[in-house]
Amino acid sequence: MADVFIDEKFVGTVDDPQVFVKNVRELRRRKELSQSLNISYNDDFNEVYVELTKGRARRPLIIVENGESKLTKELIEKLKSKELNWDNLIENGIIEYLDASEEENSFIALDEPELSKEHTHLEIAPVTILGIVTSMLPYSNYGGGSRLIRGSKIQKQSLGLYAANFLMRMDTDANILHYPQVPIVQTFMHKIFDYKEKPAGQNFTIAVMSFQGYNMQDSVILNKASIDRGLARSTYFRPYSAEELRYSGGLTDEVGVPDKETKGYRSEKDYRLLEKDGIIYTEAKVNQEDALIGKTSPPRFLGSLEEFSVAANVRRESSLVVRHGEEGFVDTTIITENGEGNRLVQVRVRTPRNPEIGDKFSSRHGQKGVIGMLVPPADMPFTASGMTPDIIFSPHGIPGRMTVSHLLELLAGKVGALSGKTINGTTFDAVPEEKLREQLLELGFREDGTETMYNGITGEKFEARIYTGNMYYLKLKHMVANHIHSRASGRIQLLTRQPIEGRARGGGLRLGEMEKDCLVAHGASLLLKERFDSDKTVVYVCDNCGMFAMYDHFKNQPSCTKCGANVEIHPVEMSYAAKLLFDEIKSLNITPKIKLKDKY
Amino acid sequence: MTSIYDKYTEDLSAKVIESVKEEAEKQKLSSADVKKVLDRAKEEYKKAMISPGEAIGIVTAESFGEPGTQMTLNVFHFAGVAEMQVTEGLPRLIEIFDARKEPQTPIMEVHLKPAYTKDEKTIKKVASLIKEMTFNELSSEFSINIIKGSVESVLDNKKMKDYGFTRKYISNILTDQLKNMEIRESKRGFIFVLKEGSENLSEVYRMKEKIKDTIIRGIKGIAQVLPTLKNNKMVILCGGSNLKEVLQLEQVDENKTKTNNIFEIANVLGIEAARQIIIEESLSVIEKQGLDIDIRHILLLADLMTSSGKISGITRGGIMSEKESVLARASFETPDVHLVNASLVGEEDKLKSVIENVILNQPVPLGTGLPGLVAKMKTGNKND
Repeated sequence: MADVFIDEKFVGTVDDPQVFVKNVRELRRRKELSQSLNISYNDDFNEVYVELTKGRARRPLIIVENGESKLTKELIEKLKSKELNWDNLIENGIIEYLDASEEENSFIALDEPELSKEHTHLEIAPVTILGIVTSMLPYSNYGGGSRLIRGSKIQKQSLGLYAANFLMRMDTDANILHYPQVPIVQTFMHKIFDYKEKPAGQNFTIAVMSFQGYNMQDSVILNKASIDRGLARSTYFRPYSAEELRYSGGLTDEVGVPDKETKGYRSEKDYRLLEKDGIIYTEAKVNQEDALIGKTSPPRFLGSLEEFSVAANVRRESSLVVRHGEEGFVDTTIITENGEGNRLVQVRVRTPRNPEIGDKFSSRHGQKGVIGMLVPPADMPFTASGMTPDIIFSPHGIPGRMTVSHLLELLAGKVGALSGKTINGTTFDAVPEEKLREQLLELGFREDGTETMYNGITGEKFEARIYTGNMYYLKLKHMVANHIHSRASGRIQLLTRQPIEGRARGGGLRLGEMEKDCLVAHGASLLLKERFDSDKTVVYVCDNCGMFAMYDHFKNQPSCTKCGANVEIHPVEMSYAAKLLFDEIKSLNITPKIKLKDKY
Repeated sequence: MTSIYDKYTEDLSAKVIESVKEEAEKQKLSSADVKKVLDRAKEEYKKAMISPGEAIGIVTAESFGEPGTQMTLNVFHFAGVAEMQVTEGLPRLIEIFDARKEPQTPIMEVHLKPAYTKDEKTIKKVASLIKEMTFNELSSEFSINIIKGSVESVLDNKKMKDYGFTRKYISNILTDQLKNMEIRESKRGFIFVLKEGSENLSEVYRMKEKIKDTIIRGIKGIAQVLPTLKNNKMVILCGGSNLKEVLQLEQVDENKTKTNNIFEIANVLGIEAARQIIIEESLSVIEKQGLDIDIRHILLLADLMTSSGKISGITRGGIMSEKESVLARASFETPDVHLVNASLVGEEDKLKSVIENVILNQPVPLGTGLPGLVAKMKTGNKND
């Protein structure tokens, strides 16, 4: 006896759940019940679940009876001759959709030869165990699962043509790859997905070797000549927008070149690119902190006294300027209205991004790395035919990660590039390695994909033959230009007087608790003090009562609020955070007192 | 000869001098050579000493902290020696340094006197003497008679035979241990009634549980015994620990028997033994994980934990509460408690250690911050 639930609601009980579930499935296959019904029996709880709700992920599987696939050879022939179609297969109870809970009750064979009497279903094709992104990884049945996950994640970070109408859009953080290419080694999914309409990478010529230690630990070497010819170039777009906000009392923001009287007026130089309407012209070359849209806002507080004073009429400057550390060209300017009817001005800045040291690249097998050096073509290693690779990949990345798929794509890419064809690299169904080797031999190359190479600097022949070929490489969206950060002095927090946080605001780099421990462990005591001097202050301490005194600027002498000026008061250097701590302890009704002593 | 060595007693440890002496006699060195050896030893000894101002505490913390992060990722926190589970890895290390009262898996290693390790049979016999056996194990059934308020047990005759117990023997032990009950022999086992009589059913139930737990043989708390070969010697590994009682058995070698319960060691053998066991236990954990931490870090930690005469862990209740500085204590955990308590007694912070000086942004008294310049000033004369 088992409880039965339809869409999570208890409806009754059945005596023999196994038979009941089996019968329901029979009825569904005979079209006497809805095709969108799924039923499952959980023997841990002894409950039967019938699901009819929306939003369940379901997937099609071939039904198996007595160890025989219901999709017979005859049916396949009929499918080929278009006598039958997909809907017919479902109607005839050959293919059915299972949801996650019914999957738990079934035993699914991956492959037809694997079928046994216990199996209930068969995968339509082995690749269907993978999702869209993962099935776009070539030769992925030759790689580890963790690498597939990484490969899939990396594809989503690659630069390409994310939308064909990108010129009409104002996306933040948009990147467009110049001259994206269709991969040489493709899977069936590239066709289904229309990958050629939205490619996201380029076919690089790759050599697997080390190069002067500049490609150690997952870094790669790029050929300067390839970059000069446009390899892996991209464009970065950043939109800026300014709105003419309305305030109470009929006051509004105004877009226009600010007056010199404006509070917070920058310098004339900063506004030089603005046209009469206060908006920059297109194709202007802008540097950091150049004004893009000139804007002024009404004065912040209109107190009863200030209303009549001269200062009251002074407007505040609130122009939009190019972000700190960024530059580029003005791509488009748009003047429009937003939903509330306010005038809205948008400016898009375009920055060309050529590959530079620190930019991140990856193959489709989770083999990511950053550029360690850009090498002039003269110094690149070359083959007997004079070919220099676009990228040099370190062989140390292979054994630990066991990405055999990476090596196979290289070989397949080489065959594809030489014969001018795309190579099928579909998981479980790819062109086998032996075939690739054969074709390579026919094309007049060494069958194992290696080539004799020469040192570009000395001209000497390398003792080892270098594994070279072609691979689809992805330029990832993490580029150094977005991450580079340094600071000497800058803005501080109001409360603690310590530097503010974050790159965008020009914040400091935190020397944290553990980093502090390192300096202590090295005995670098004075260095540590200096490093923490960012909030250094001088406080006056009263010798008499041990509390903070103050400096009386009228009388030009320190004085204690409790003991007066006729006591010994000394200036003491300490961090502002410590002063704050003392003040906070005071707020707990605890009086911390400082006893001063001569150091020597 | 002795006079040469006497000169060095201040500079070298007794152990070093002793070993030099021994070796010198073996090699028949001349006194000039011995002096050379001793001078060299002195030099090396000085080199090995930690210089003043070295941040040994933080270096120790970092030396444990770095491999500790690796251990967290390691899944092998438990190891089994034939059915017996032992806590290892990070959980065990935390257990030791936090000075938990009871280990998660108490293990006792019982060594026997040489006379009893000769053949397997005697070892097994001793082992069975140690293992706790309750009356429950000898019985096949317990039943409660509600009307009479009595408990009836049925003896497992097969087990009785296996262990070689007689009814009389069991009966004697039971009457000895269950003094508030009247015990009568029945056909199949025993009948128990409370002497004072009882009508309360739950009282009878509790009585039943008490009867079940009566120890017939062995030592309380030892659930498992496992004679194993360790370093070519037979030892009995015990799941559960009761050092005090085990040491009273005459077969047990009281010099070698040990447990992994640090507090038990401290109570039975004293604080020095506890220090030793802290060192051994943590060292074995680290070695089993394939990590390498210098033993001097462990020595420092063990000394710190035991120097007060009691075992105190690296916790806010342990060595952290023993710190002199208010600010140092407050910066670790529960700052409000420390600050308020300090204010109640008017504590003074001398700012002698690291963290307080970091808070106030003053040079920490370590390394380059430790030495100060002492200048001898000549007074009065302008020409100086």
